[in-house]
Order: sequence, then structure tokens, then C-alpha cells
Amino acid sequence: MENFKIRWFHWAAPQTFYPLAGRLWPVFGLIAAVLAVAGLYLGFFVAPTDFQQGEGYRIIFVHVPVSWMSMVIYLAMAFWAFLGFTFNTRLSGMMTQALAPTGAMFTFLSLWTGALWGKPMWGAWWVWDARLTSELILFFLYMGYIALTSAIDDPRRADRAGGLLALVGAVNVPIIYFSVKWWNTLHQGASVSVTKGSSMAQTMLWAMLLMALALWAYSIAMALYRVRSIILVRERHTQWAQEVDA
Amino acid sequence: MIWASWDAFWAMGGYGPYVWGSYGVVLLCIAIEIFSARAAQRASVHSVRTMQEETDHDATS
Repeated sequence: MENFKIRWFHWAAPQTFYPLAGRLWPVFGLIAAVLAVAGLYLGFFVAPTDFQQGEGYRIIFVHVPVSWMSMVIYLAMAFWAFLGFTFNTRLSGMMTQALAPTGAMFTFLSLWTGALWGKPMWGAWWVWDARLTSELILFFLYMGYIALTSAIDDPRRADRAGGLLALVGAVNVPIIYFSVKWWNTLHQGASVSVTKGSSMAQTMLWAMLLMALALWAYSIAMALYRVRSIILVRERHTQWAQEVDA
Repeated sequence: MIWASWDAFWAMGGYGPYVWGSYGVVLLCIAIEIFSARAAQRASVHSVRTMQEETDHDATS
């Protein structure tokens, strides 16, 4: 047990995590590419036309995965922020920062693909219902985190201030998730017509899950790639960083 | 193949602009993110090099 604990802290050092992340990101990148190709193939060439929404429903294969990731990444940031406050490890703040741009991007894409789906199906690009509004707040939280951490020069202080925002803002995530239950929203409830039980719903579900897993792998690859840049800049005055590059 | 033709595929039963507008922007964002992350990595490698030259310079002078 003691040994196990030491190993975790061993990898938590930027110096040891840098080469590890360098070895891991291509693996996750490859997994993401393979899963995305499989998911898109299933979604566009196997899954049949929806009897209610025609071909327009195919937006679901990207809309639901990006929306899930927008919430998952924020929770991951809160998790790293929590570790940072608990163990005072430097890597935690760097991981929080490495995740933010990808999370912000997926939140924007959730709103964007949602608008393009809402227009033909609801007749509106945007409505101020609980689901859409809380997702918009999530986007502002990401933007706030990025603005706050980049405005503070001292990296350790930036980590603490940003970490606090990540932790407090995490309250919004369950609000987004349960908004369709708690309020009467125009946005449909937890979809995936599994209740139909047909083979059609099965291929749709698989396409969506493959795309979701692809974006999971992509997010991990991206965070690992980005954290290396952050580590290098912060450690540029150290011996090991200068040797890594030499 | 569930599509009668490639034209039918791109038309998406009349939802073409919405479907491709969604997937296109997702692809574009991912491309921009990968591109900017690579630029950031190059910049951070550069910042280490600059630091190195400074310390080397300090050592020799």
C-alpha cells in the first residue's frame, strides 16, 4: 500500500509525467480516430432513417457526445482542482488548465449543433429553457476559468484561483444533467430511443456510444498533449526541462 | 448501403445544411484545436531553448 502511494506521487511530478504523457497521447489519439471512423460509419451508413425526424436526427451522433464531454471535462477539472487543494501537487493545476480549452470547445459545439438541430425540429435556433440556459452558463464558466487563470501571472496563484472556480462551478453540471427532469423544458428528456427496443434503435445507440468513446479518447489525448506544453513552460528554468529538449 | 446515391447522401433528406453544418463545424473546431496545440508545444519548446541560451550566455560571460 505504501509502495502504491509512492508511485502515484512519483508520476505526479511534472518531470516524470512529461515523458509518460508523451508516450500516452498518441495511443489515445489513435483510439479516438478508430472509434470515430467506426461511429461515423455506423451513424451514416448503417443506422436507418428516423421515422419522425427523417435524416435530420443524425445530428444526435455528434450532439449528444459533445454535450456529455462538455460536462465530463468540467467534472474532471473539478476533480484535479480538488486533488490540487488536497495534496498541493503542482501537476493538478496544470491538468485542470490543460482540460479547459477542450471543454470550452465541446460546450460551444453542444450549443452550435443544438441550434442546428433545434431550428428544423423546434423551429427555433435557441430557447431560454433550463437545459439550454444551464449549458450556456457552463460555457461562461469555462471562459471565466480560462480568463481568470491567464490573467494571473503567478502560476501557483492562478491554479488556486482557477481551481476554486472549477470546484464551485461544478454545481452547475448536475443542474444541466437533471434540468430536463426538474423543469418543463422544450429540450427532450434523456433520449436514445432504447424504449422502442427495435434493432434500429440499437444501431443508433451504438453509433452514439462509439462517438462518445471517441471523444473521451480525444479529450484524454488532447489534455495529455497540452499538459506537456504547460509543464515545459513552467519548468523551463529547471535542469531536466533543458535536458529533455537538448 | 442505405443511400440511393451520393447526391441523396449529401442532401440528407433536405436536412443537409443542418447535418453538415453540425459535423463540419465540429471537424473545423477539432482541426483548429490540434493546430493550436501543436503551435503551443512548439512555442514552449522555444521558450526552453531561449532560457537555455540565456543561462549558457550567463555562464560564459
